[in-house]
Amino acid sequence: MTLKVYADNAATTRVSDEVLEAMYPYFSIHYGNPSSLYSLGREAKIAIEKAREQAAALIGAEPNEIIFNSGGSEADNTCIGVYARFVAPKKGKHVISTKIEHHAVLHTLDALKKDGFEVTLLDVDEYGLVSPEALKKAIRSDTSVVSVMFANNEIGTIEPIAELAKITREGGAVFHTDAVQAVGHVAIDVKEMGIDMLSLSAHKLYGPKGTGAMYIRRGLYCPPLIHGGGQENKRRAGTENLAGIVGLGKACEIAGAGLEKEKERVTALRNRLVEGVLKIPYTRLTGHPTQRLPGNASFCIEAIEGESLILMLDMFGIAASTGSACSTGSLDPSHVLMAIGLPHEIAHGSLRFTLGHYSTDEDVDYILEKLPQVVDRLRAMSPVWDDYIK
Amino acid sequence: MYSEKVMDHFANPRNMGEIPDADGVGVVGNMKCGDIMKIFLKIEDNIIVDIKFKTYGCGAAVATSSMATELVKGKSIEEALKLTNSVVVEALEGLPSAKIHCSVLAEEAIKSALIDYCKRQGIDPTPIVGCSGDCANCENHNRE
Repeated sequence: MTLKVYADNAATTRVSDEVLEAMYPYFSIHYGNPSSLYSLGREAKIAIEKAREQAAALIGAEPNEIIFNSGGSEADNTCIGVYARFVAPKKGKHVISTKIEHHAVLHTLDALKKDGFEVTLLDVDEYGLVSPEALKKAIRSDTSVVSVMFANNEIGTIEPIAELAKITREGGAVFHTDAVQAVGHVAIDVKEMGIDMLSLSAHKLYGPKGTGAMYIRRGLYCPPLIHGGGQENKRRAGTENLAGIVGLGKACEIAGAGLEKEKERVTALRNRLVEGVLKIPYTRLTGHPTQRLPGNASFCIEAIEGESLILMLDMFGIAASTGSACSTGSLDPSHVLMAIGLPHEIAHGSLRFTLGHYSTDEDVDYILEKLPQVVDRLRAMSPVWDDYIK
Repeated sequence: MYSEKVMDHFANPRNMGEIPDADGVGVVGNMKCGDIMKIFLKIEDNIIVDIKFKTYGCGAAVATSSMATELVKGKSIEEALKLTNSVVVEALEGLPSAKIHCSVLAEEAIKSALIDYCKRQGIDPTPIVGCSGDCANCENHNRE
């Protein structure tokens, strides 16, 4: 089946035509090494600095607070892993995060634990919200970093970042947020929100894969993860991914210009999708009902299993996602679904649609036409469903 | 990645459904692990004349159920008991390693239904099946 509806924008987004257009010349015309002194190199350097301004503007940062890298995972590894190790001798070896973080954060924390760090993972409520009170209680004099994701990739819940950042600052620690899912989709102002470090990735906002950035507040020093040349103000070595960075900058510019309008449009689509899906019996929304990413519509559908759902939706040309155990390759459903307190048997039926810039009313209509058929077919196959209809 | 054969059996499952007056019914797996297979048998003169399944689970769970039922349909009880999970895996042109347990579950589901049949006939299943059937719902189906 050819793809009819792409509804997995949280996994990745298609590169927009304008972004691709902006990138092209930097492969074969302006291909210079930005560190070279001659004009071909200088052109490249200028392009990178323009992208830096574009990225900074989107999140309310200064250009020199933006460091380009390979994406969200590298940013998380640097801002949490490298920074915590760097300040440990002075500050201590305690780090706070949450149970619903991306694995780029959770596995970075695991690595810290192996090096003798103590890690506190905060619980979340049934909607996936982190409690500021809980953070207040957890923070200690030896806490160096608090890392809370801006918005969750699976259930879309947006965390009370400004409040959490304020508590962190009062507690004398540094606040990092993995904002990979949020940047370009909801308004972010790092200064206003009191964010010290932030991770972002180009491919979640219609830019290319393999390019991202971290915001590190001026005055805060974080050593490089990648050692080598003096690129990125000696904060991240390696010849710059020139075309990728240009693409990231362009994507940020486009996202910033249309943010509010786009948010409104995608939210309306999302709401209609949620409303329609919830008409299917024994279906529930996961994540916060209102405080959530515009495009995220995530559910649990009882008596069927998520991987089967995805495979059958794919047969109708619909690309979606699940956090069921069968998809995670273990016996447990996703850690996020467990953290919001769902029992295994409910979490196995998880289904996530994430809408975006290219989603249309017709897409929502098509999903709402096909999903009930898919659910009916899988339930007809399910021995568990017999107990529901009895 | 699933083989084309797995996808075919998932998209067009063979023998899916129920047999209301089944001679033997077996259920294995549990909700917590995320897969449950239920097998219905119709047996005449020691031959499996009809078999149906209902499965809750992933693509591999559905495909292994479908393939396992196809492999034993028309076979004698003794032949059906020879069905192993690796035969199911082979017939499906392979399964990802994380999904091998689905094929084990399919093997156990068939055995469980045969045990039920034996018990209904007043026959001790132990010498025939190799176990009393009390393990049919055991948690060991994840052995790989």
